[in-house]
Amino acid sequence: MTNPPSATREYLKPPITEVGVLGWLRGNLFNSWYNSLLTVLVLLALWQVVPPFFNWAFINSVWNSPAEACRDIDGACWSVIPQNISFIIFGFFPDGQQWRPGLAMLLMIGLVIYSKDRKHWKKSLGTYWLVGLVVMATLMYGGVFGMPVVETDQWSGLPLTFMLALFGMVAAYPLGVLLALGRRSRMPAIKTLCVVYIEMIRGVPLISLLFMSSVMFPLFLPEGVTIDKVLRAQVAIILFTAAYIAEVVRGGLQAMARGQFEAADSLGLNYNQTMRLVILPQALKIVIPPTVGQMLSAFKDTSLVVIIALYDVLKTTKVTLSNPKWTGYSTEAYIALAIFYFICCFAMSNYSRKLEKALHTGH
Amino acid sequence: MNQTENQDVAQPTDRPIIEVNSMHKWYGDFHVLSDINLQVQLKERIVICGPSGSGKSTLIRCINRLEEHQRGQIIVNGTELTNDIKNIEKVRTEVGMVFQHFNLFPHLTILENLTLGPIWVRKTPKKEADEMAMMYLEKVHIAEQALKYPGQLSGGQQQRVAIARSLCMKPKVMLFDEPTSALDPEMIKEVLDVMIDLAEEGMTMLVVTHEMGFAKSVADRVMFMDYGEIVEQNTPQTFFDNPQHERTKLFLSQIL
Repeated sequence: MTNPPSATREYLKPPITEVGVLGWLRGNLFNSWYNSLLTVLVLLALWQVVPPFFNWAFINSVWNSPAEACRDIDGACWSVIPQNISFIIFGFFPDGQQWRPGLAMLLMIGLVIYSKDRKHWKKSLGTYWLVGLVVMATLMYGGVFGMPVVETDQWSGLPLTFMLALFGMVAAYPLGVLLALGRRSRMPAIKTLCVVYIEMIRGVPLISLLFMSSVMFPLFLPEGVTIDKVLRAQVAIILFTAAYIAEVVRGGLQAMARGQFEAADSLGLNYNQTMRLVILPQALKIVIPPTVGQMLSAFKDTSLVVIIALYDVLKTTKVTLSNPKWTGYSTEAYIALAIFYFICCFAMSNYSRKLEKALHTGH
Repeated sequence: MNQTENQDVAQPTDRPIIEVNSMHKWYGDFHVLSDINLQVQLKERIVICGPSGSGKSTLIRCINRLEEHQRGQIIVNGTELTNDIKNIEKVRTEVGMVFQHFNLFPHLTILENLTLGPIWVRKTPKKEADEMAMMYLEKVHIAEQALKYPGQLSGGQQQRVAIARSLCMKPKVMLFDEPTSALDPEMIKEVLDVMIDLAEEGMTMLVVTHEMGFAKSVADRVMFMDYGEIVEQNTPQTFFDNPQHERTKLFLSQIL
């Protein structure tokens, strides 16, 4: 950057052992005798594990064959996925109607991708989502345009997972922000209510909330009144996630310097304006990393709905494996499922890092 | 807007813009401000000085209710400060405040920092607010930075932006809470110059500062506070050349 003190000074390269591949190896893998030992041990372990796995997964494996063909091979039987793909994805949604959840899912993914771009964060985005939701609900439930009605207890597989996860996150976030603001409120009634809510929800596991929503809650309803089971699970997930988001957001609010509140006050902004225009944009940005952590667990926790007999994508996979033809191939099926969850989660955390970068304003 | 203008017409011009009558304030048991009486006329420039912990910042923070007083009366522009949040917000729109640590909004550009108040509080149309903001940025010699973020500016530049932000609300009074105390020495002058310009244009100013040069050349009245009391107030000339109180003399001997 700056000029050397004298133009005549000779420019010397650093010693070859300090830079490049050799320098990196020396600095990171062999910089002391115990690190060298560890490096050798790890290499040995990898040599023991990786080649056999590679053979199993790629060399000796079959990718799309009937179950019988898997009997005689030594490798992985990935066929368990493609051969059962329509049940794993759509579950008990009636045959011949499965284009409907398929289309609904594509629409949802399309909307999510569209929403990723900050340029699209306008009022129109809300309208698109509203229209999208109505279309998705119509596609799933049917009853119009000659589409037969499909009750929610037949909604299963991937669409159910996506639905529980996406609406769980989207609805829990604003609720969590409100709870965080409430917990910091000066009004004792609101504050107490929020504290009690947050601590109560955080004090019980999601499984017990789901149980309560499916088993206990209906007992309190008057006779003849029923609330849809999927909806109840969805509400339980939202309430649960919101309590955690609230505490994350509260952390962000507490990190705000008092000067920001005072500057907003001294301009004459009222409470709502101060929060919406000054405090929340900064506080929510600070807590993007932990918020994404909560979102990821919310996404993965949707798989707990199996215990109240909802068939999400994990459960439909399990059902497939209970078919005697495919019983032996759970490793392959669960690896495939893990890859699916990983892709979704990685996409989310990747996006959050980009968002953080885009929102950085050099302070 | 109209209402306040009518009020101004109805008021005799010598009615003080700020009136503080026997005001007391406590932090818990600690008596921060004791029996404060203060009248500020329109266009008056007052410098408040005193040792740290003497309550000078607290006093001006009471005037726009960033701090609550417990006894006595504060009337700003005809509105008494009570728990009524509407009155407080009304007073705050008429009183600008500049802080020691600038307190710009780091997530907004300089221009957005300036237009936030006018657009949301004064309901000024965005285009008009932008034009006004650019005018004030030019006034504080910083217009070329309008689209940058506060984090990209030096301390002196940030403080000038903060002054411009307050001016965009077209306040009747400006409060300065040690505006140059957090600045490197070479940046103090650029901020003081802006404040001097402002004083010459007839802005009503209350300035808490240790810059005695500024007090001598700009102030109509210098006020000395110690232990939460106004010990002495006088014209700068009398104040610096012929201080009346022992405590004032001691203070002046320490800082001059």
